[in-house]
Amino acid sequence: MARWQGQLIKIDDYRWKIPESYKTGMRVPGLIYASKEMLESICGEQTPEQVANVAFLPGIVGYSFAMPDIHWGYGFPIGGVAAMDIKDGVISPGGVGYDINCGVRLLRTSLSEAEVRPRINELINALFHNVPSGLGSEGKIKVSQKEMNQLMVEGARWAVKRGLGSEEDLDVTEEGGCLSGADPSKISDKAAKRGMPQAGTLGSGNHFLEIQVVKEIFDSHIASIMGITEIGQILVLIHTGSRGFGHQVCTDHLRVMEGAVSKYGIKLPDRQLACAPIESSEGQDYLGAMACAANYAWANRQCIAHWVRESFSKIFGKSPEKLGMRQVYDVAHNIAKIEEHTIDGHKLKVCVHRKGATRAFPAGHKDTPTCYKEVGQPVLVPGDMGRCSFVAVGTQKAMTESFGSTCHGAGRMLSRGAARRSMQGRDVVRELENRGITIKTGSLSSLAEEASQAYKDVTEVIDVVHHAGISRKVAMAIPMGVIKG
Amino acid sequence: MEISLLFLYNGFRGMKKAFEVIDHTADVGIIAYGTDIEELFSNAALALFSLITEPESVERKFHLDLEVSSEDIDSLLIEWLNELIYLFDVKHILFNHFDIKSLTHNGLKATCYGEDFDPMKHKIKAGVKAATYHMLKLDKSDDGFKAQVILDI
Repeated sequence: MARWQGQLIKIDDYRWKIPESYKTGMRVPGLIYASKEMLESICGEQTPEQVANVAFLPGIVGYSFAMPDIHWGYGFPIGGVAAMDIKDGVISPGGVGYDINCGVRLLRTSLSEAEVRPRINELINALFHNVPSGLGSEGKIKVSQKEMNQLMVEGARWAVKRGLGSEEDLDVTEEGGCLSGADPSKISDKAAKRGMPQAGTLGSGNHFLEIQVVKEIFDSHIASIMGITEIGQILVLIHTGSRGFGHQVCTDHLRVMEGAVSKYGIKLPDRQLACAPIESSEGQDYLGAMACAANYAWANRQCIAHWVRESFSKIFGKSPEKLGMRQVYDVAHNIAKIEEHTIDGHKLKVCVHRKGATRAFPAGHKDTPTCYKEVGQPVLVPGDMGRCSFVAVGTQKAMTESFGSTCHGAGRMLSRGAARRSMQGRDVVRELENRGITIKTGSLSSLAEEASQAYKDVTEVIDVVHHAGISRKVAMAIPMGVIKG
Repeated sequence: MEISLLFLYNGFRGMKKAFEVIDHTADVGIIAYGTDIEELFSNAALALFSLITEPESVERKFHLDLEVSSEDIDSLLIEWLNELIYLFDVKHILFNHFDIKSLTHNGLKATCYGEDFDPMKHKIKAGVKAATYHMLKLDKSDDGFKAQVILDI
């Protein structure tokens, strides 16, 4: 892949602008959050070109943003944020991604590393047994067509109603675990058929379930409000999305959008950016279907969180309540949302596409949960399985600058093939074990693809968003046990 | 983009390059070849299943007739691959031979040969979740046809 040779203007140490003049057709400039060092790797591929291409989309306001974990995606870059005026803007399924509402849920415990480490193998085995994972994995809950329709509308609440979790979990889930406007009539039979057997499964690829140890607390006040109080405390991170269901919804609607592009005379630099006016029937249909998939993903993470609690309870012989297993937060990082933002002093309703980006609302925002009103919405940023993950909070700066958005993870640096080749002949499981990380996976070959070398260092990613002020880092945790699909 | 692995598949028309697998940062791509458009579609499907499993391990125990339609030839290729991805995801069927009966710019009929996925017998290499329009290229040259597709895994 050729290096990107386009024009970048330095704004400050963490902000780089692609001017509108770079390419005829750009409606707004591009803005990349990165350090100078990270920029080197970002420009190693054509990723900035994708940032510029997104700026072509009708109705885009502000900037076409790229977070520091940005990497090359389809049409939209992964790590991209774009807000479109709902009056004359477009919605693009490519700006959400295939895995609709891929996201992260963090649970805390009152257990310490000293209590868990001696039993880590037992615990990992119990989790592996209790949480269906891997390719073609099917859930232990059977979902009928009628139930599927309810699940699509109710989201995480559907699972809570079945006894999988509590009302309190919903309070600390983005959107309360349910995006409004879900319309099951916009879901194809194919999508429903893919979704029904996979509800309540972790899946494969980069999805995982991780037992973590808190290693560093940067802001003890905010951390304590999240229930993260001590170094050595055990946390559990769940990373998964809407499985084959979301993929089918995206595939189905991309096809519809293909037609819409010519119908509405939209000029695009890349076919994968296919979109339709937000107010059009095609746009509204996609939003209704996307909400179904988003809700499916929240129900999915809700089920998995329940089985995580059950597994801990079985191994430690205490109830999840006694083990202090409460949810810190749950964020979506592949989604489009209709939100109100202030642009040049005017309130504007926009559709914010976050593809590989996390909402980062500040203290006091109406959508920041009551318990976090004082400190801001938790932002969960998982790293790769060999390094660490971060907990941060949203800021006012994010609200005024990046439509309340920040990074979502480490961001891939090597392709799966290159990662596999770089790990050839090496025992990934043994190497992780030597560093105190127990891993269980259904697929050893995919494990090599997810090796640390394949990803940017999440520490650099979080430092950029922290110094740029679009989130504030709160705590860092390292993995002790990992389940990979 | 770097061509990482060259799969020389001993195809049914002699020792001919049927497809290549290419790297893409987050995902993976294929380049399929064909002396005619039917062979191109057949080889693209074979390339897809070579990402999922070892096609040699699949026996032709039954066949399934498929019909796919679309607006143009490019999207027909994507629809065709997505149909096969769907059948694997929902019905767990692995195919390794494709007989394209008819193919126009907006529709195809094919008979696909294969068997049900058996975890004891078939090694699963990757879960392919969707064929994308990203960097999609379908070209005709003097040697025949060539198509590039990026797959989401």
